[in-house]
Amino acid sequence: MSTFDQTSLWIVIIGMAVGSFALRFAFIGFMGGRQMPDWLMRHLRYTAVAILPALVTPLVVWPSPTGGETSLPHLAVAALTFAVGYLTRNVLWALLSGVSGFLLLFLLG
Amino acid sequence: MASTTPKSLFLKGLVDSLPFLLVASPFGLLFGVLSAEAGLNVLEALAFSLAVFAGAAQFTALQLLQENTPLLIVLTSALAVNLRMGMYSASLTPYLGAAPMWQRAIAAYLTVDQSYALSIVKFEDEPEMSLPQRMAYFFGTTSVIAPSWMAATVVGAWVGAQIPASWGLDFVLPLAFLAMIGPMLRTPAHMVACFVAIVASLPATLMPHNLGLIVAGLAGMMAGAQTELWLEQAAARSKAKQETAP
Repeated sequence: MSTFDQTSLWIVIIGMAVGSFALRFAFIGFMGGRQMPDWLMRHLRYTAVAILPALVTPLVVWPSPTGGETSLPHLAVAALTFAVGYLTRNVLWALLSGVSGFLLLFLLG
Repeated sequence: MASTTPKSLFLKGLVDSLPFLLVASPFGLLFGVLSAEAGLNVLEALAFSLAVFAGAAQFTALQLLQENTPLLIVLTSALAVNLRMGMYSASLTPYLGAAPMWQRAIAAYLTVDQSYALSIVKFEDEPEMSLPQRMAYFFGTTSVIAPSWMAATVVGAWVGAQIPASWGLDFVLPLAFLAMIGPMLRTPAHMVACFVAIVASLPATLMPHNLGLIVAGLAGMMAGAQTELWLEQAAARSKAKQETAP
């Protein structure tokens, strides 16, 4: 399962630590009260809501437990997790439904 | 409001943050389990949580590392997921920006969804709070969550090491992301961004080195920003129409 080496892992950990801190510190540390341009803020508002679905979709459409074969049960569990999160606005309920669905897949498969 | 010392505000922040523990702990646990499945030992998983302290970005990096993605793309994608931390930092600056440098540095490290969400509401509701009171509240909101995130990672990594890879736990990772996405879709522009990113992500997988993730993400961001602009303009037009009507 593990296909990456230790060096890569530590480069990522250190790179992310530095990068995340820089993102969090940039404004509070240096920007003072200066404003960011509107167009930039407008795009930044949609980063998480665009990157996360872009990451998830291929993992759901071609799930790794089936070896990348599209599978209706996996799609259904994914849809359920998303729907519960959207309708309840609650990450925890969504995660619980997802994990229950996964257990069901595991027991049936 | 006479007895709102920094200490009592620290405790207030702590208490306000307790419900979030129900969310942070399972995700920390899951991160630990999945990093064990990916081959990380307990120490490496803890170092990851301790150094980065941002759930969604950690999950992203873990997934991409397993797909043998070039490191530059792993870092770019994971940090893109974390860009919202920059926005949080920008929005907290008017309230905390005047604090001593060491406090600002610690506050920056502790800027996460939960501490931001709780603090910004508090600061906006009570503009009379002093700087030390605000800092105390902010630190209070992370005083339990941060150690719980680390502890949950360790427990998860330890448990995960006992789980055989044949359980196919890797499918829990996209489920964890899906659980986070639903509650984020608060406006039509969010939904457009999400939808465009989903549609773009499938053909984008044909691009080498997982570059498609960044392309699909950018497409979603541009779609969201453009929708927001259109909706604002439409709202302004209909308002102007109402005002000129007799």
